Amino acid sequence: MSANAPILALRNVNKSFGPIDVLHDINLEVRAGEVLCLLGDNGAGKSTLIRILSGVHQPTTGAIEMDGGQVSFPNPRAAADKGIATVHQFGGTFPLMSIGRSFFVGVEPTKGWGPFKVYDRKKANAIAVKAVQDFGITRIDDGDRLVGGLSGGERQSLAIARAVHFGARVLILDEPTAALGVKQAAHVLRIVNEAKRRGLAVIFITHQVMHAMAVGDHFAVLIRGAVAADFKKGEKSREQITDLMAGGETMADLEKSIDGYMSTHGGHPPPPAH
Amino acid sequence: MTQNREGRSSGMSFGSLARRPEAGSLVGLVLVYTFFAIMGGAVFVGAPGWSSWLNIAAEVGIVALPVGLLMIAGELDISVGSVIPASQMTAAIISGHFGLPILLGIGCGLGVGLLVGYINGLLVTRTTIPSLIITIGTMFGVMGLTLGFAVLIAGSTSVFLVPTPLTKLVLGTFLGGMFNVSIFWWIAFAIVIYFLLHFSPLGNWIFALGGDRDSARNAGIPTRGLTIWLYMLSGFAAAFVGILQLMTYQNAQVATGQSFIFNSIMCVVIGGVILTGGSGSVIGIVIGTATFAIVNQGIFFSGLDPNIGSIIIGALLLAAVLSNDGFRALALKYSTKKG
Repeated sequence: MSANAPILALRNVNKSFGPIDVLHDINLEVRAGEVLCLLGDNGAGKSTLIRILSGVHQPTTGAIEMDGGQVSFPNPRAAADKGIATVHQFGGTFPLMSIGRSFFVGVEPTKGWGPFKVYDRKKANAIAVKAVQDFGITRIDDGDRLVGGLSGGERQSLAIARAVHFGARVLILDEPTAALGVKQAAHVLRIVNEAKRRGLAVIFITHQVMHAMAVGDHFAVLIRGAVAADFKKGEKSREQITDLMAGGETMADLEKSIDGYMSTHGGHPPPPAH
Repeated sequence: MTQNREGRSSGMSFGSLARRPEAGSLVGLVLVYTFFAIMGGAVFVGAPGWSSWLNIAAEVGIVALPVGLLMIAGELDISVGSVIPASQMTAAIISGHFGLPILLGIGCGLGVGLLVGYINGLLVTRTTIPSLIITIGTMFGVMGLTLGFAVLIAGSTSVFLVPTPLTKLVLGTFLGGMFNVSIFWWIAFAIVIYFLLHFSPLGNWIFALGGDRDSARNAGIPTRGLTIWLYMLSGFAAAFVGILQLMTYQNAQVATGQSFIFNSIMCVVIGGVILTGGSGSVIGIVIGTATFAIVNQGIFFSGLDPNIGSIIIGALLLAAVLSNDGFRALALKYSTKKG
């Protein structure tokens, strides 16, 4: 069954910018109907990895494989054409554009002939609203509304619905819940589950372990540009994952050392280590 | 839910009008015109008044339209101020000084505009320098080159050219002795650009470019090519105004055009284009241009001190920026309050 064949895989991918090595020997796989959570602290190389997957950067060495065959993405469009869609933190949408217009940016539906092809507003609005409502966002019912008037979660949902509508097979979500409140984040996590149910491969980038554990099937922890751990759902506890992300220093140790310091320093927390 | 829908559609006509980006500028236009109609009297509301402000509006308007597109796309173009004299000087030197065919002169003049636009676009897309600085740089560069070549080749800062009857008719006549043909060119530019921005898919790309450049690029829009293309359009339009002036006054001056820099930007802002990009309309830009021209010329009909005209334009500009922000807030709020 399809679960065995990864849609997208990275094989020994290295990336350096001049003398600075950002990623070392990254090996990752993601399958249809699976959520791969990419965890890592700030600066661990998550963003660079996303940019490689979405065609903004190219790996220095190593290969990207899709459906078992080697591919290269010279630009974001090439990745998009192969069905890789990236949704950024703020939804990557345009606050002052209507829902219909922003939904179809770059692939506007047109009617008419030759040089007089015109943007088909009705069609765009109808399709956009339906696509979003199919994801359970029933509050959006007017394609002329401006994207800037939507909540953060709705914007994310709009962006995800857009990617799915345009035939994405791999959905890369870059910190979709980072700027959201608890309710909004739950909203987005439900959308992620819906995308997974529809058979998309989802790469979910986050540093919020709670959110990752809510939807993830497979986890990879990135530390200083290398995959430090790669495990399946249920193999590690939340504390273990958090400890991994903190670079091996366990939270328990950290708490202990802070407590110890405070007890000997009249209740003051220690100064920052660096 | 259904109740919500009905509630909204009944208030739709006024609400949707008020949310349009040009709503504020229309109010400004009506106020300004009424004011000067009262102050200027029958002469201003008659043909002399209309021709006087329309002639001004046409020239600024042709430049303001593509500059407006650039501003919607999040960029500025200052260099238009020196493209106008550069194009007319090129045409006048080729066809007037050397006596070569006039079409060649016009072609080269327009070519200068396209070239400057191309260089602007290239610099803006290949560097991280703000477009304001880049186009100030190209403006001074082109200004110096125009002056240098004019003195070097023609030995003067002003070169004469006698247009053929046809070019004079098409590019430099006053209809009825009052209305310059440039008014019709302005209308033509406005129609073409209106179609481009609001009906063709390209317009969506321009809005997206101004809304969020990275997202636009990620969505597969050729952002670099589009930016270069927009700069070439504004270079072309400025060059075209240069040619119109040359055919009208039959004389190319190296010092014309500076007023177009601020005037075109003011027309665009008064027309409701938001300075950060991503929003605006061609109707708004046309309204803004008309408002600007009415103040600019109305002041002479009103018998007021001409300096008051500058004060009014300054006040209009500030009011426009304030109300643009207000209308944007209104447009965004409309969607969150329901549901």
